[in-house]
Formats: sequence, structure tokens, C-alpha cells
Amino acid sequence: MTEFENQNDQLRRIADREYQYGFVTDIESDTIPPGLSEDVVRLISAKKQEPEWLLAWRLKALHRFLELLETEQEPTWAQVTYPKIDYQDIIYYSAPRPRENLESLDEVDPELLATYEKLGISLSEQKRLTGVAVDAVFDSVSVATTFKGELEKLGIVFCSFSEAVQKHPELVRQYLGTVVPYSDNFFACLNSAVFSDGSFAYVPKGVRCPMELSTYFRINSAGTGQFERTLLVAEEGAYVSYLEGCTAPMRDENQLHAAVVELVALDDAEIKYSTVQNWYPGDKDGKGGIYNFVTKRGACRGKRSKISWTQVETGSAITWKYPSCILQGDDSVGEFYSVAMTNNRQQADTGTKMLHIGKNTKSTIISKGISAGRGQQSYRGLVRIGPKAENARNYSQCDSLLLGDECGAHTFPYLEVKNASATVEHEATTSKIGEDQLFYCRQRGLSEEDAVSMIVNGFCKEVLRELPMEFAVEAQNLLGVSLEGAVG
Amino acid sequence: MLRLEDVHASAGDAEILRGVDLEIRPGEVHAIMGPNGSGKSTLANVLAGRPSVHVTRGRVMFEGRDLTQLSTEERAREGIFLAFQYPVEIPGVSNMYFLKAAKNAVLAHRGEPELDAMDFLAIAREKMALVEMDEKLMQRSVNEGFSGGEKKRNEILQMAILEPKLAVLDETDSGLDIDALRVVANGVNALRSPARSMLVITHYQRLLEYIVPDFVHVLAGGRIVKSGGKELALELEEKGYGWVEGAAAG
Repeated sequence: MTEFENQNDQLRRIADREYQYGFVTDIESDTIPPGLSEDVVRLISAKKQEPEWLLAWRLKALHRFLELLETEQEPTWAQVTYPKIDYQDIIYYSAPRPRENLESLDEVDPELLATYEKLGISLSEQKRLTGVAVDAVFDSVSVATTFKGELEKLGIVFCSFSEAVQKHPELVRQYLGTVVPYSDNFFACLNSAVFSDGSFAYVPKGVRCPMELSTYFRINSAGTGQFERTLLVAEEGAYVSYLEGCTAPMRDENQLHAAVVELVALDDAEIKYSTVQNWYPGDKDGKGGIYNFVTKRGACRGKRSKISWTQVETGSAITWKYPSCILQGDDSVGEFYSVAMTNNRQQADTGTKMLHIGKNTKSTIISKGISAGRGQQSYRGLVRIGPKAENARNYSQCDSLLLGDECGAHTFPYLEVKNASATVEHEATTSKIGEDQLFYCRQRGLSEEDAVSMIVNGFCKEVLRELPMEFAVEAQNLLGVSLEGAVG
Repeated sequence: MLRLEDVHASAGDAEILRGVDLEIRPGEVHAIMGPNGSGKSTLANVLAGRPSVHVTRGRVMFEGRDLTQLSTEERAREGIFLAFQYPVEIPGVSNMYFLKAAKNAVLAHRGEPELDAMDFLAIAREKMALVEMDEKLMQRSVNEGFSGGEKKRNEILQMAILEPKLAVLDETDSGLDIDALRVVANGVNALRSPARSMLVITHYQRLLEYIVPDFVHVLAGGRIVKSGGKELALELEEKGYGWVEGAAAG
């Protein structure tokens, strides 16, 4: 065995550890048959007792989507490959049953609570361990939101999207689709037609949200797509930190997750949005796994507003995702910190867009890509400095780390500068976990797995330190687990 | 403590060690000298268990056990330490975190309780004084941006903290100016003990003025061609490696 083979063999072993969230919860669901049509959209809207304007919006999106579908405009520019998706073969709505309007957690199905406990997410408000308010979305609907009362006292709204439509229709109507229009792109369009739930948060003027808001998404039913929609609004001077986590059962089929997230920050507002994405990645031969085709965008509408995206992406068979910032307000700031890991046959095409419109706008992009196994990964980032963006500044840093010689890393930076006063910097590196680094760590007594985990975590440090404390540890462990079997 | 019998070893297709015999008893300091390409670093790698170096013949016994049956990390935990000729950088991992993880891996192996951050810091501070190392280096990433001298001090610091039974110093003097060399040598000398053996690998006699060995061996062409006391180093310095290489050929 050559040294090369030996090392790859060791890499494989660490990569081969199993996904630990792959269980299925046995629960009765209210599911509508597969297929996409006006009837389906009307049915979803009716189930949610939505106002007429929202149904009309959904239908516009549906017709646009069907048009895109007929003219075969599913995007193909990303560096990912997958068999054609049959959009008539997806279940667009599945909800745990029975579900009345829940007044307290006691009314939530114990099976569901047990599921979230198993995922390490406590929905019980008595356990105020982390001081995190959680909205739990199971298949298509939100099943529980914690700490609501406490937040309401401050005027903060944090609830499921469906509930927001009922209780705060004016807010939803004012902001929905203003950052990501229904016609924005193929998957956003599909989402706008069939979205079933998601989270909504609104932080009023001058309020600093005292706890992390968090949504945990869980796909359970087979053959189901998950299409949630998240909308966060921070008024003047408000601050909110939000985290989302996601897991799914292990299934041989691929499941589609096409979410939309919209953020709006007014003057002096700040939104920190963190994601720990751990959808089922498929098995080591690439069978099964989630297609994570997601549109996330934040609008810094106000002066001196700030939106910061932090993502740790270890799951999904395919990731197609570019959390972006529209820097409209003067002196606004956009940040993107990303760790993406692809192992086995996972593919990821991810990055960001920073659109500088206002004066003195500033953006920072730190992207760390880790590829192991036969993982393929691309960083795709656009920095656009508009003609009126005087003194705009961008700094981009894209680092790739390769484990083994069967994986790939690619970088596609796009720069469009239309104002000569702009300063734009881009740095990129590609490195390999070297035999010498591993030997050094092991010579000091560390196991090869601990050594790899340490080297990878060190590589991601600049991003991990942006995560809220409670989740940084989770993310570190996740990186370790996702790499199990990957190196030696 | 360590016994090598007719050890042959190769890296890739090339056979580099061609029958090395060596015995080191507890508390002894042995020096290995030899010209470039004689197999000095390969010998160090054989002891530490570098995966790319393979023992093809002979026996490597450490405290009565066959070392080749142990993984790299098992050897380290059993008390074999290699001070690297070229210490490796690990970006983003603080020196403190790295060393604490290493120390605890060794302690866990011995069935001793692991150290918490405070206990570890106390030990680290004491050992840092030994190699006159700036405390700030503990917060920096492992070896990243360290000067040559700082890297070598860091190696000796690690050795002091890990308290090995057998320390192998691979060209620890390379790239050091005379002041740094003295600091490093003082650190090493402070770690000499009746229970700890050392194998000092060097190209030049200079290091051995500071770390005085009990025995000197000359490695040439993958074999130990001459052994003697510390005076052998001086003789070599005077006559050059051509002298022993000639002997090896003859």
C-alpha cells in the first residue's frame, strides 16, 4: 500500500461515521396527495385560513413557476449535478395531526416533544438552560414556539409564519416578498406558491432582543418537500440574533427543501442570522439526502444598519445557497461567514452576494470550504458596487481545505465595480491537510480523528467564533462528526 | 529502554536504513551524527512511527515491546517524543489548546486524571520559564508565524510538558543562532534525568558542546559505522565525515 492510498484509506474511515439524526417519528399526518396545481395551492391556503391577498400572491407565484417549469428554466449554472426533479411527484403539505391552535406546550403531541428532545432541542420552557426561544417546524408546520409571553412584554413578535398571518397580517403584508420577490428565481417562486409555514420575528424600534431566537426545522414524512418561509424585521435601532438548525431522517429518496428567508433591517438595526445546517446528506454512495435549494437575502434598508450571516453547512446531498445582503442604507454593513463541508458524494455550490448601493457601505466575506471523500464544493460570490456607492469597501477571503485526493474545491468570484472610489479585496487559498500536520499531532499523542477535528476547527475558527456561544460548541462537534471516516 | 537490532527501513522505494543496531539504557544521552542523507531523520521517524517510513527488517524494542506494532499516537502516549527538525504549523489552533489536548491524551492513557485549564496553565508557565518563552506564544496558533528559534523552543517546551521517557531531538540546532542554541540546550539539560533517555541527532558537533552526550554514534550509508564517547564528536569535527565514510566503505 502506498503512502497515498494509506492516507486516503484513513480519510475514508473518518468520513464514514453515520448520520445520527436519521430516525423517523411515527406520527399521524395530515397530508395532501403529491402534485402541484392551483387546487393544491388553494388547499394549502384554505387550511391556513389565509386572507385573500395572500392566496392571490401564491397564485401569481404558482403561475410564474409553472411557466418557468414549462420553459425549462430550472437553474443549471451551479456546479452540481442531480437527476431531473419531478415536481408533480412531491407532497407539498404534510402536518402532524391533530393540531388545534395550541395554547401551551402541554397540548403538543408528546411524540413530537420526544423527537425534539432526541435532537437535543428542549421545547420545555422550564428548562431555561440556554435562554433560547425556539420555534419548531415539523414537516410543513410550526408545532411549538417557546418563551412567547416573555418576548411579547417587550413588543417582540416571535411565532410561526401562519400565526403571524393571522395575528399580524399588516406586518406580514408590508414586508413579505419585498426582499425576495415571488418571481426572484425558480426555487423562490416555487416556495412562494406552496410555502406552508416557517418563522416570523419582529423586533420593534429601539428594542434589543434579550435572547437568541431559534427555529429548528425537521423533515419527517416521506416524499415530502419542505418549503418554509422566514421573515425577520428589525425596526430602527433594534437588535436580534437568530439561529436555525435542521435535520431529517435517513431515506433512500432525495427530498427537496426550498426555503426562503427575508431579513429587513431599518436605521441602526442589526440582525445576526446563524445557521447550523445538518440535513441528511445521503449515504456514502450518494443515495438519498436532502436537496437544499434555498434563497436567503437581507435588506439593510436603513442607515448604519447591519446584517450578518453565519452558516455552518455540513448536511444535505446538494446545497445551493447564497445568503446575500442588499446594502441600501448609507454606512450599512453586510457580513457573510461560512463554513461548508462536503464529504462522501455531497455537493455544495454556496457563497454570497453583497450588493453595495448606499454610500460608505462595507461588506466582509469569509468563506471556509472543506472537502473530503468525493465531495465537490464551489464558492460562488458576487460583489457589486453600484454607481452611487461612494467609498464602498469589500473584503473577501475564500479558503479551501482538501482532505484526500478524490474531492474538489472551486472558487467563482464575481466582481462588478461601478464606482471608482470603491476598495475591493479578494484573497483565496487552497490547502490540504498534510501528512506532516497529522503526524505532528499524532506524535504528540492525539488520535488521528482528534487531530483532523482540531485542524479543521482551527481552519474554521474565524467563522465559528461568529456563532452564538451555545451553538459554537454544537457546530464544532458537528464538524468532527461530519468528518468521521475522512482522514488519518 | 530502547534496542534496535539490524533495523532496515525504507521510505517510498528507497531503502534508507540498512541494518542499524543501537541500545540506549535509561538516563543515557546518545548522539547520532552523520552526513546529509545518511538516514538520521529516517531513524527518528522509525522511532516515532511516521506512516510513510516502513521498517522492512529487524526489531525495534522499547521497554521490551515491539514498537512497530504500535501506532504513532500510542508510541507518543507510551513516552516517545520527537522534537521535529521542521515543526509544523497548525493555523487557528492555539498553542495552549494543542498542548493541553496532547498532555491530556498522555494522562488519559496512563489512567491519570486530565488537567483542567487552570492546572494546565500553572504547569505550562513553569515550563515556559525553562525555555525562556514568551507567554504570548501560548495564545498564538501552533508554530504559525514563529521564528526559527521560537519554533525550536516550542518543541522543547512540549517535551518538558509531556515528560517523555525517550526524547528524540532531530537536528534541534539547525537554524538556531548561538543564543537560541544555548537556551534550547539549557532546557534540554534541565530535562535530563536517570529515568529519561535522549537521542540527539545532529549534523554538527556544536550542539554537543551544550548537550554533552554519553555516547556518540556515526551514521553513514544507513548504518552505524562508528561508536564512541563524547570525544568522537570532536574527532569527527576535525577529520570530517569523509573519514568515517571511508571506514564504512572499507
